[in-house]
Amino acid sequence: MFKQSKLVSALAVAGVALFGAQAVQAQVIKIDGSSTVYPITEAIAEEFQKAKKNVIKVTVGISGTGGGFKKFCRDEIDISDASRPITAKEMADCKAAGVEYIEMPVAFDALTVVVNPKNTFLKQATVEEMKTLWEPAAQGKVMKWNQVNPAWPDAPVKLFGAGADSGTFEYFTEAMVGKAKSSRGDYTASEDDNVLVQGVSRDVNAIGYFGYAYYAENTAKLKALPIVNPKTGKAVEPSAANVENGTYAPLSRPIFIYVKAKSLEKPEVKEFIEFYMKNGAQLTKEVKYVPLPANAYKGNIDHMNKKKIGTVFGGHNEIGITIEDLMKREAKM
Amino acid sequence: MKPLTTEQIRAVIARGKLKDNIFKVMGIFCLSLALVVIVALIADMVIKGSERFTVDFFLNFASRHANKAGILSAWVGSLLVMFVTALAAVPLGVAAGLYLEEYAKRNWITNIIEINISNLAAVPSIVYGLLALGIFVYQFGFGQSILSAGLTLALLILPIIIVSTREAIRAIPAMIREGSMAVGATRWQTCRYHIIPYAMPGILTGVIIGLARAIGETAPIITIGALTFIAFLPPAPFSELGDGGTAGLFDWVMAPFTVMPIQIFNWTSRPDPAFEVNAAAAGFVLMAMVLSMNAVAIYLRYKMRKNIKW
Repeated sequence: MFKQSKLVSALAVAGVALFGAQAVQAQVIKIDGSSTVYPITEAIAEEFQKAKKNVIKVTVGISGTGGGFKKFCRDEIDISDASRPITAKEMADCKAAGVEYIEMPVAFDALTVVVNPKNTFLKQATVEEMKTLWEPAAQGKVMKWNQVNPAWPDAPVKLFGAGADSGTFEYFTEAMVGKAKSSRGDYTASEDDNVLVQGVSRDVNAIGYFGYAYYAENTAKLKALPIVNPKTGKAVEPSAANVENGTYAPLSRPIFIYVKAKSLEKPEVKEFIEFYMKNGAQLTKEVKYVPLPANAYKGNIDHMNKKKIGTVFGGHNEIGITIEDLMKREAKM
Repeated sequence: MKPLTTEQIRAVIARGKLKDNIFKVMGIFCLSLALVVIVALIADMVIKGSERFTVDFFLNFASRHANKAGILSAWVGSLLVMFVTALAAVPLGVAAGLYLEEYAKRNWITNIIEINISNLAAVPSIVYGLLALGIFVYQFGFGQSILSAGLTLALLILPIIIVSTREAIRAIPAMIREGSMAVGATRWQTCRYHIIPYAMPGILTGVIIGLARAIGETAPIITIGALTFIAFLPPAPFSELGDGGTAGLFDWVMAPFTVMPIQIFNWTSRPDPAFEVNAAAAGFVLMAMVLSMNAVAIYLRYKMRKNIKW
């Protein structure tokens, strides 16, 4: 009989456990979203918690930009990491749930097209060549390098690229093929960029694309391919300087955080954003991303204080936009 | 038919022995292949991760600096989730197994239940994750918490516990039941004082094998929203909270968390190759956790079997 009463009390305690729930989450800042923005936000969160002596807690998840916005528009998190602007559908979801937000660009991400270091024939590539290689019509047809450019050898092409759920995939296809998510399907796709790094570094005929940070950590194994800027006609290498001065186009893009307006009423979230913008440039460099010009971070603080609610994109992504233009535009919900 | 000569008989025996030996060698080869794979795997992780096996690695939170990053929130998270899982799955699973073996009538309903328990054991774990996302996270409002994760994994290992409970009960000779009933014990008393104690070694083995499977699960935990960066622990009972209050005895079940497999996955997918060392070291720790759970199961079974005399 003794054991039975123990069981009953265990059940009772488990019941109690279900209540007493809210107290824990009082001072937690919840962030979720893109894996591309994650390294920056993680660095900020780590330093912020250290600076605040761990009184304010920050959690960062990786659900992808789309997954992050889903949670964000369901009012579950304070900040959403996004490697692309919010879409019209997500804007509608947020509106329906009464979630207002402030859009803040926090860094540049340069998509990098890489080839094997032993590859001697590829010195640069144009957007048209990339389109020929990656467009859906190329599937099963463009299998050799000389089909893209007659000057290139009669050798098989091995393609490596981002998985279809990532913001990287969306942006690359939009910038190169001309339509988001429009790509051939017969390539090695992985959400794990290290798989792509390994693939390209092992095959002399390989070509692939991913975020600049993965190239920057593996420069010995990979060669970055300069892309011809369609406006100037000059081939430009991906580098911090070229991204900052806007010549590495169209493959560099701003990445964002979206902050819930209601969360900014909590002093700890406001402090976190101030910390983010103050240390953003330095920590962004540390995790191998390209920081925005200093006035952009100041502009974000300004937008926060003035409650500049909404997005400046109107639900569509744009290629080759400068950060100055972004900061000046009117935001809309 | 002519009788065989001694030579012929010897030849037949020799051929039989040769086949015997060939099979033996094949068996040893297959066994050693499996062993070599696991030993190589462990050795690889130990060698790659060796520089991270420090006290700090166990006591540090995740960090963007590979050499400062540790697994504190991950292993604490894994242990707490396992605790909730065991608390939920063991009573349910054992009771279900006991009912099916000792109480239920053999009819078509119990047949359907039995078939579906086997079916449940074969459901991919991600499906449990989706189910739990709908039910525990949103419907019951448990959120992305240790409680949600623990209950999800409890569902996942419930079939394992039920099946092993039933097998353990079936192995008890009928005379035990009959003897107990013959002296006037009720069915519950028979279960309480005979069936459960005698089945305990088998049940415990099933429970620990189930938990060892659950601790390595990643997919359902990702689905319900375990975090990647979390540099604080769930509140210990009666500890002071940041806002001046005191944590309740069970506040930790509602806390956000991460677990070992997610931490490992995150480290393998980072650009900086230095994190591969962390991933290897954490992989070894997870492996050690699973192996020691299995060792405990074997020990308990041995210990308890010794005390049973029929």
